[in-house]
Amino acid sequence: MTFEPRIVGFLCNWCSYAGADLAGVSRISYPTNIRIIRLMCSGRVEPVIVLETLAQGADGVLVMGCHIGDCHYISGNLYAERKINVLKKLLARTSLEVGRLRLEWVSASEGGRFAELVKDFVEQIKALGPSPLAGDKPDKNILAGVLAAKAAAEDFRLRLLVGREKTMIDDGNVYGEKVSEEELDKILNEVIDTEFVRNRIYLLVKEKPLSVKELSERLDLDSKTVLRHVVVMRRRGLITVDRVEGTSPLYTALEVGR
Amino acid sequence: MKDKVGAVLVVGGGIAGIQASLDLADSGFKVYLLDESPTIGGTMTQLDKTFPTNDCAMCILAPKLVTAGRHPNIELVMGGEIRSVEGEEGNFKVKLIRRPRRVNEEKCTGCGVCAQKCPVEAIDEFNQGLSERCAIYVKYPQAVPLVFAIDRDKCIGCGTCQEVCKAGAIEYDEEEKEIVLNVGSIVLAPGFEEFDPSLKSEYGYGRYPNVISSIEFERILSASGPYGGMVLRPSDGEVPRRVAFIQCVGSRDAKLGNNYCSFACCMYAIKESIIAKEHNPDLQCTIFFMDMRAFGKEFDAYYSRAEEEYGVRFVRSRVSRVEEVPESQNLIVRHVVEEEPKDEEFDLVVLSVGMRPPKGVEGLAKAFGIKLNKYNFCSTETFSPLETSRPGIYVCGTFAAPKDIPESVAQASGAAAKAASIIATERGKLTVIKELPSEIDVSGEEPRIGAFICHCGINIGGVVNVPEIVEYVKTLPNVVYAEENLYTCSQDTQKRIREKIKEHNLNRVVVASCTPRTHEPLFRETIREAGLNIYLFEMSNIRDQCSWVHMHEHEKATEKAKDLVRSIVAKARLLKPLKKPMINVVPVGLVIGGGLSGMTAALELAKQGFDVHLVEKEKELGGNLRHIHYVLGSEDPQERLSSIVKEVSENEKIHVYLGAEIANIEGYVGNFKTTLNHNGEKKEIDHGIVIVATGAIEYKPTEYLYKEDERVLTQRELEERLAKGEFNAKTVAMIQCVGSRNEERPNCSRICCVQAVKNALKIKELSSETDVYVFYKDVRTYGLNEDYYREAASRGILFIRYDDENKPRVSRENGPLKVLAMEPVLKTWLPIEPDLLVLSAATIPNPDNQRISEMLKVPLTKDGFFLEAHMKLRPIDFATEGVFLCGLAHSPKLIEESISQACGAAARAITILSKKALEVEGAIASVNEDLCSGCRICEALCEYGAIKMEGKDGKLVSTVLEALCKGCGVCGSSCPTGAISMLHFTDDEILAQVRAALREKKHD
Repeated sequence: MTFEPRIVGFLCNWCSYAGADLAGVSRISYPTNIRIIRLMCSGRVEPVIVLETLAQGADGVLVMGCHIGDCHYISGNLYAERKINVLKKLLARTSLEVGRLRLEWVSASEGGRFAELVKDFVEQIKALGPSPLAGDKPDKNILAGVLAAKAAAEDFRLRLLVGREKTMIDDGNVYGEKVSEEELDKILNEVIDTEFVRNRIYLLVKEKPLSVKELSERLDLDSKTVLRHVVVMRRRGLITVDRVEGTSPLYTALEVGR
Repeated sequence: MKDKVGAVLVVGGGIAGIQASLDLADSGFKVYLLDESPTIGGTMTQLDKTFPTNDCAMCILAPKLVTAGRHPNIELVMGGEIRSVEGEEGNFKVKLIRRPRRVNEEKCTGCGVCAQKCPVEAIDEFNQGLSERCAIYVKYPQAVPLVFAIDRDKCIGCGTCQEVCKAGAIEYDEEEKEIVLNVGSIVLAPGFEEFDPSLKSEYGYGRYPNVISSIEFERILSASGPYGGMVLRPSDGEVPRRVAFIQCVGSRDAKLGNNYCSFACCMYAIKESIIAKEHNPDLQCTIFFMDMRAFGKEFDAYYSRAEEEYGVRFVRSRVSRVEEVPESQNLIVRHVVEEEPKDEEFDLVVLSVGMRPPKGVEGLAKAFGIKLNKYNFCSTETFSPLETSRPGIYVCGTFAAPKDIPESVAQASGAAAKAASIIATERGKLTVIKELPSEIDVSGEEPRIGAFICHCGINIGGVVNVPEIVEYVKTLPNVVYAEENLYTCSQDTQKRIREKIKEHNLNRVVVASCTPRTHEPLFRETIREAGLNIYLFEMSNIRDQCSWVHMHEHEKATEKAKDLVRSIVAKARLLKPLKKPMINVVPVGLVIGGGLSGMTAALELAKQGFDVHLVEKEKELGGNLRHIHYVLGSEDPQERLSSIVKEVSENEKIHVYLGAEIANIEGYVGNFKTTLNHNGEKKEIDHGIVIVATGAIEYKPTEYLYKEDERVLTQRELEERLAKGEFNAKTVAMIQCVGSRNEERPNCSRICCVQAVKNALKIKELSSETDVYVFYKDVRTYGLNEDYYREAASRGILFIRYDDENKPRVSRENGPLKVLAMEPVLKTWLPIEPDLLVLSAATIPNPDNQRISEMLKVPLTKDGFFLEAHMKLRPIDFATEGVFLCGLAHSPKLIEESISQACGAAARAITILSKKALEVEGAIASVNEDLCSGCRICEALCEYGAIKMEGKDGKLVSTVLEALCKGCGVCGSSCPTGAISMLHFTDDEILAQVRAALREKKHD
C-alpha cells in the first residue's frame, strides 16, 4: 500500500482558514491527507500542542496564519513565527525530522496558494516517509526525544524567555538595553539545549532508576555533562538518588517539584 | 409634522455604506441597505491589497461583510433602484423597485451547483472582463448575501439550473417589485465609477490589448483574479518585464472636463508596482506622473520604500501618446523629459484611471432632490461635509468627492451620526430584540451529542457518502442522535434541530456541512432558541475543505469526512457553556481637546442625548481654528467658529472644562474614571467612552531665517496678517515642505499645499499686482482642491519645483531678502527679492500625545500622531475598545475631513453609549490565579490592553478585562506557567481534536 501521510493543519480563522475555504469555493483540488483544526489565531499555536500532535503519530504538522502585517489580532502571527522557530530548535534536538513541521502564511484570497502548499507539504512528507511515531509500534527512542522536547516546551524557563523575547528585542530589557536577536538566539539555544537534555534525563529515570554512566550512554553525552545536569536536577527536587549499586548511585524521578 | 421614524435608508453597499449601516444598526436603528447590484461589498472587493500596509483587502473586508449580512437590524435590499423620495427630515417615504433576481433569497443556499451546470458564459465584470462567469452567478466567491442571481440578458432559459437546484430556489417568473420604505433619514453612499480610459484615446485603451486600466491590473494581481495571481499580459499571456503606469488618466485633465484630482491613484499605482514586484522581482515598474501625491498618513514613507527598496522608477512627465509595436504588441510610451520628447518601450501599460461620479447620478440626484456640484459629485460645504442640500439626507464616501478607503469609512461613520441625531428619540423603536428562553443548565450532565450531517444538495452528498457518515457518527461515544439533511442550513432544518434537542435532551450539537466562518452564527442562534448555550455547538467543514476539494476521490473524501467529524465530536464532548458577561455602560462621553474636532464630536454626542465632558487645556475653545480666517470656498471660518463655540457653551449636556488637564484615566470600555486638574482642584469623572481630539501644532521653523528676520513668516502668520489688513508686499515667496518630507519627519503634512494656494489666492484678491512665487516639491492639492491650484496658476501665481538637492537658498545681505531657487528646466539659479517669505511649516503632533497615549494605553506612530486600530478600515477606533480618535491628533487633515472624522468618532462611541450594557464575547482568556506567577508576559503581549496585573493575597496576578479581550489566545500560548487558558479553544479541546483526527489513542 502506498504511504498516505496523515497531516494535521492548525489554521487561523481569519486568513488561512478562509483561504482554505476559497480553495473549496474555487474547486481547486489537493490531496486528502490534511485534517484541519480551526483556531482563532496562529498565535494560539502552542509548541506543546504541536509536539503532542507529532507524538501522537501525525506524519506532519502544517501551521498557517495571516501574512505578516495582515493579522486580525495585529501581531499574533509574529508570535506564531517565534514559537515555530523555538519548536524547530527543539525538534532539531530529537531524532524526528524538522521537516515534519512547516509554517506558512495564506491570505483569504489565496485559495490556489493554499492548495499548492498542501500539495507541496504532502510531497515533502512523502519523501520523509511515515513518522516513526505513527502506528502501533512507535520508535521508543524518538518518542522519548519528542516527549522530552514537549516537556521542555512546557518548562517555565523556556516559555518565559520566549514570552519576553519580542519585548526585549523591541523595547529593551530592565536596564533599558536593547538585546540583539543574535544574542537572544544564543541564550535561547542554550536554554533549549539544557532543558531538552534535562527532560530526557527526567523521562529516562522516570521509567527506571539509572546511573550517570548509563544515562550518558543512552543520551550519547559525556558523563561529566550528564552529571552537571543531574546535580542541578537533584537540587531542584526533580530527581533523587534511588539507591547505590556498587559504586554508582542510581537516580529516579520525583513527581513533586514539577 | 409627521411622526419620526427610527429607520434609515443607506444607499450603496460599498465599504462606506456598510460602515454607515453597521454604526446605525449597532446604535439602535433599523437599517435598509440598498444596492443596485445583487451583492454588497463595492469596489473594495475587487482590490488585491491596500496601501500603505499591503493588507489583503478581502481578509479585512470579509468579516465586515458577514457582520452586515447577518445583522438583525440590517435588511439588505439588493437589486434596488430608487424611484422617488417624498416627505421630510424625520419621515421619508422612499419608493423603489426591486429588480428580479430570479433566485429566491430565502431558499438559495449559495451552494453553486447551478453555476457549474449553466451552459452560458458571460463576461465577468468582477474580473473587469478578463474572465468568464455563467448566466447564473455570484459576483465574487465570498459574496454577501451568498445568493445566486440570474443575468437575464445572458440567460437563454434552458431550465437547467432549476433542474439541478435541490433547494428549489430558482424562480424564472419573478417580477419586478415595487417597495415603499418609511425611514427617518437617508445616507447616500453610491460610490464612484471608474473613468472610461477609452475616452483618452491617445493612450490606445480598447485598441491595444496590453493597455489596461489600473483596476484590471488590480484583478490581475489578485490571487483570486483571472490569472490566479500571475502577472500576465492580456494579448498573449506572457509575463511582462517592463510595466509603465500612466497617472492622472481622466483626472487633472481640463480638456476632458475632469479637472479634479482623484485622490487615490498615486498611492494605488505605487502599491500595484510594489505588489507586482513582489510577484515577480525581475519586473521593471515605471510610474509616469505629474506630482506624486502621497499626502496621507505614512504615505511618503511608503513612496520612499517603493523607490529605494523595490526599485520602482518614477518619471515626472506627462505622457502624450501610447503606440503599439504591431509585431510584438509592445507599447511605445511617448513623453517629455526636460522639454525633449522621448520614446520608451514597455510590455504592458497600466492606466491609473480616476474616479467619476456614479453611473446614473443625475437620476439619483433628481429622485432624492439633492444638488450636485459642477463635476456631478454631491454638493457639500467645508463646514458641513456630510449634509446634502436636502435636510435629512446625508452623504459619504466617493460620492461626495474622490477619496480613499479610510476617509470613506470615517465619513460613513460621520454620516451615520448625522442620520441618527435627527431621529435620536426613536432609538430602539424599530429594532428587533429576540425573546429567548432561559438557558438549560447542563452542568454535571454526561455529554449527549446530536449530529446533523448536510448533503448540501449534491455538493457534499455527491462526493462524500453522507448516509455512511451518519451511521458512523452514531457509533462515536456520547453521540445519541444523528441525521442527514438535504440542507442543514434551511429554515425547516432549524426547526428540526430545535425539536431534536428537546426530543433527545441533547446538550451538545454538531453540524457537519460548510464553513463555520459563515454558518456558525446561524446554528448557534438555533441551539440558543432551544435553550442551549451557544458555546455548546461545534461545526465540521466537510464541504469547502473536503467534498469540494476532493471531488474525484469519493472514498478518500468519505474517510476524511469521518476523521473530521470524529475530531469535532471529540471536541464537542469537552465543550463547556460559557457566560457572555454583561458590562454596564456609563452613558457619558469624555472628549479630550476643545478644538474643532473635539467640539464637533461633543456636539454630536449631546445631540443624541448623551452627557459629555469636554476638556480643553487652554483657556478658550477653538484650537487651531482660531487662527484660520479663510477657507477655499465662501464660508467664513471665524463666524463658524463662534457659532460652534456658542452652541457648545449653550448645550446643557456638554460640560466644558477650560484650562484643565487630564491627570489620570482608569478603567475600560463602559466604565472609565478620569481625574482632571481644573482650577487647582481635582475632579473625578465617570464615563463610558473616550474621544481623543488633542489636535496638532504648527512647526516653528529653524530654517530660512525664520525668527531671525521679521519678513519671514509661517503660512498661519501670513493668514493673520491678511485677515487684519496688515498685508503689504509687492513680491511674496512661499516655500513648501518646511519641516515636512525631510529626514526628521519623512511624511507629508497634507494641508500646506492647499493652505499655500488659499493664501496665494487671497493675496491676489487683495492686491492683484503682487507677484507670488511658490517653491514646491509636489503640489498636493488633492481631490476637488485641484480647481484652486488651477485657478492660482491662471492668476499668474508662479509654481516652481525644487528637489532636495537644490533647495531654495535664502539670504539677506545688505537688507533685502534674497531667495535663490533652481529653475528646473533651465537649470539656472533664479534670484528673487521678496518682501515677504512665507514658510509652509509642517503640522506636528501635540507634545501631550505621549502622556495621553500612556494613560490610555494606545499607540502612537513613529511621527508621534495617534495610531488607529487599522489604517484602512478602522480609522477612528483604537485597538482598545471604547477609545476613539479624530482630527489632527490622527494626522494632518483639512477642516472638512476633521469634521467628518469627529462626527464619525461620535457615531462609533454611540454604538457603545446607546447600550445599557455590553455583551462580551465568551470565548476569551481565563486566568487560574493559583498558577499565575505574576511575570507580566501576558500583559506585554496583549495588543488590546486586556490584561491587568492586580495584587491579590499579597501576590501579583494577571486579570483578564473581559470587555477588552478579543480571544486570540496569544497570552495563553505564551504563559510560562500554563495559568491562562483560552476558553472554547483550550489545550484539552484542541488536543482531543488532534488525537481523534489521528484516530489512535495512545500514551496519554
